[in-house]
Amino acid sequence: MKFRAKMIDVGCLNHFSRVVNTISKLTKICILRLTPNNLYFVLSGKVASGGVGMWCELSQANFFDEYQLEGVAPDANEICLEVTPENLSRALRTSQNAKCVKIKLTKKHCPCLTFVAELPTLSSVSRVVTHDIPVDVIPRRLWHDFKEPRMPDFDVSIYLPPLKTMKNVVDRMKNLSNFLVMEANLNGEMNLKIETDLVSVTTHFKDLGNPPWGDDGSQGRSQSRDPEVMAHTRVDIRKLQQFLMGQQVNPSKAMCNIVHKRIIHLILLHEDVSLQYFIPAVA
Amino acid sequence: MLAKAIHSLSRIGDELYLEPQEDGLALRSVNSSRSAYACFLFSPLFFSRYTIPLGHAFRCKMAIKCVQAVFRSLSSLEKTVEKCHIELDGETSRLTFTLHCKHGLLKTHNLSFQDSESLQAVFDKESCANMLRAQPRLLVDTVLHFPPSLEEVSVSVSGERVWFRNHVDDEAEQSKAMLTELCLSSDEFDHFAVGAQTSITFCLKELRGLLVFAESTGLPVSMYFDEPGSPVVLSVTDSVLEVNFVLATLSDDSNLCNHNNNTKRARSPPPPDDFMTDDIDSYLIAMETSELAGPSDALAPRSPSSNHTLTTQPSAAMRSLERGEEEEEDTEDTERPPNKKFRSLFFGSVCPSDSQLTNQTIKSQEVLASDSEDDTQASLP
Repeated sequence: MKFRAKMIDVGCLNHFSRVVNTISKLTKICILRLTPNNLYFVLSGKVASGGVGMWCELSQANFFDEYQLEGVAPDANEICLEVTPENLSRALRTSQNAKCVKIKLTKKHCPCLTFVAELPTLSSVSRVVTHDIPVDVIPRRLWHDFKEPRMPDFDVSIYLPPLKTMKNVVDRMKNLSNFLVMEANLNGEMNLKIETDLVSVTTHFKDLGNPPWGDDGSQGRSQSRDPEVMAHTRVDIRKLQQFLMGQQVNPSKAMCNIVHKRIIHLILLHEDVSLQYFIPAVA
Repeated sequence: MLAKAIHSLSRIGDELYLEPQEDGLALRSVNSSRSAYACFLFSPLFFSRYTIPLGHAFRCKMAIKCVQAVFRSLSSLEKTVEKCHIELDGETSRLTFTLHCKHGLLKTHNLSFQDSESLQAVFDKESCANMLRAQPRLLVDTVLHFPPSLEEVSVSVSGERVWFRNHVDDEAEQSKAMLTELCLSSDEFDHFAVGAQTSITFCLKELRGLLVFAESTGLPVSMYFDEPGSPVVLSVTDSVLEVNFVLATLSDDSNLCNHNNNTKRARSPPPPDDFMTDDIDSYLIAMETSELAGPSDALAPRSPSSNHTLTTQPSAAMRSLERGEEEEEDTEDTERPPNKKFRSLFFGSVCPSDSQLTNQTIKSQEVLASDSEDDTQASLP
């Protein structure tokens, strides 16, 4: 198993750092899957993580100048590691203006991801910062847990309102209730509702637009759907808030698929990064 | 600058030791486990007027939080204060800070103090084998790479390079902790003199206080050190000021010592981290806390809290003795300042100066079990 990669461009470095920062705000521990073409940060929707699932896909060519990977076996050319994104974030934070950053899979006292950054200095010799981040290698037999999640058969798919606005609304709602109902219809309308014994608050968003999904199994279902009818799901508000809090960059596309009473599937697309987040419904 | 010095010292210990000397005003502080010591020596030139009481030398100490309160906001100080007048009133045991501000505003702070023994760390910069000097910016940048919560840092030097590493103490953490290492070449330093390849480990927390100060003044920081176990001295000097921070370093055999000192520490305020209480013997720096001879006896019948000298590698016999004394010292230190201060300010009475109380009296006072009790006592309406 071998992995070496190098980043030279400051812009790429910053972008990568932002992605890692976002991930670190969403979860404490996650899986990093390395394949010849992509990197994936995965959180499988198990009970341990509260049912929340995350899938973040980056195309390595957009970030790294050099990328060499030798997977576990010739027919399974990938590496699966359990990492703490916070550590990655910290390592990258201090290398913001580095001349170059190299990432290597090493074995020190335990398997580590080693980040080596060369920082520019006034003198001829540059400063070298080395971070060794301990990781756990995930054995092949557990890989099936971390496959790309299937697109759920959603009832409604809608573009999200500006994330910042959503975040403000959700922040305020969090003070009142632990659960939030998100509903949307095919007319581009979305409501965020909370209800307590004393008060109920609804925030309405209009004219959001609905993404046109292509030839999809679910398309059939939603096509025949009355555009006025709302599909709704009740979720734990903290999970939604956590998702919104972590976002640092405005995505080029942000949409949400709702499976009536089952799950909320949030999709954010940046140019070279895609992030999917699943929040299951609560009773 | 005075304010900055005080803020800097506040990161070391809880008390400020003030001693006007002939060569200047010395402000000192030491941390509860005696493993870090700092001294700011302001030469008379720093002051527009500097007069010291003739005759006996004067030393006092006070809770540093009180003094910090006087100089609380650095930015507003710079804008509004024109003059600062510090005056000692021996009769009432008060040190008066008068800030002459703009628009004729006069802020007067009366702080009570206690007479204290002299606090002076024994160290010799010149004899250290290794010396590095750098602009503060370099060190600040270095420290930035480490998380703010990092306790200990290891510095290793060879002929051409310096490595800064985070030190992971606990066995259990070794496999989980993220290791960071920064390598600087000798070129980046103003002065780089390395005797032999060595590696020392010391506490980063206290150092940050100095770095903040150095960065704000722009003065270069010099680092003097020897082999592990002997203290590292960091100093900042200019024409009117000499600052020395002395920090204990981990000695080689400390790994063998156990953590039985923790129980003893329960009575003092919790030290910043276990590292400090861990192995006192290796961390103690040579301190000389003796009374000055002669006229000082007339000052306060404060019994010579002994001429005890704590050295870096004391013999086994000395250890128990020192620990006993350490303990006393610490319990005194931690209890008296807050009590005294409140009594003086809120009740307007002059404490029959704790300074007159002897060690015996102190011991007979209720030894409070913990800080929280202290606070409740002091916060009586």
